[in-house]
Amino acid sequence: MDFLLDYFEWALFLFLLALGFFAGRFLERRHYRSIRQREKKLAKVLTFATRFPPNLVDPQDCRLVSGCVVISSDYFKQFVASLRNLVGGRFRGYETLLDRARREAILRMKEDARRAGYYLIVNVKIENTSIAGGRQGAMPSFELFAYGTALKPSKHAV
Amino acid sequence: MSNILVSNMEMIPGRRIKSHLGMVQGSTVRAKHAGKDILASLKNIVGGELKAYTELMQEAREEATERMIEQATSIGANAVLNVRYTTTAVTMGAAEILAYGTAVILE
Repeated sequence: MDFLLDYFEWALFLFLLALGFFAGRFLERRHYRSIRQREKKLAKVLTFATRFPPNLVDPQDCRLVSGCVVISSDYFKQFVASLRNLVGGRFRGYETLLDRARREAILRMKEDARRAGYYLIVNVKIENTSIAGGRQGAMPSFELFAYGTALKPSKHAV
Repeated sequence: MSNILVSNMEMIPGRRIKSHLGMVQGSTVRAKHAGKDILASLKNIVGGELKAYTELMQEAREEATERMIEQATSIGANAVLNVRYTTTAVTMGAAEILAYGTAVILE
């Protein structure tokens, strides 16, 4: 009986690992496709990390815009990460995860700006919070939050 | 409510600040829903966006901003500049979201 239980545990582990790998990869690819598409569409919304806007905008009209996303790692990536911890070095799985989340947050901020009719965002800040939950063995998840001041180009310039 | 100007720039170029009224802030502590947490833990297997949490954070941030604006209006400001946000995990399933900035009167 004990042997059976052991067997079941291993099977479940391998099943979750495979599910995480295939489904995670599929979802990641789909997400990247949608990110690239929307980045092209929103290329007209300019973002600046500078503190003040360039001279060509009308600063009278401005508004805070923001975008946020909570993203979580998958089972496979977490397993690989725990192995990666032994030898150190770069871990691409989490790099792409955070890259996706960051670009998504920026895109949502741009969408927020465009909905309100703005085409320029200055003073962009990006904030990253880990919300692992503190539980033992909890899956790491992150919140990426991007915010900035949206402005309108003045009628004379551009 | 939104006749007040909110920006994370330190000053608005071209507009003079008549007077500074000091710092204003708004915060909220939100806990996550147990049912949604179970769904999220399932979502953890395949990874990706946790929509329920995104909504939660969004709502919390809006509320924090609203409280900050309320405070700014009550002291007679017409703008809040240099707005910043911070997030801190308070306990296992709860987070505090704080929005703060400087309340000013613009000409």
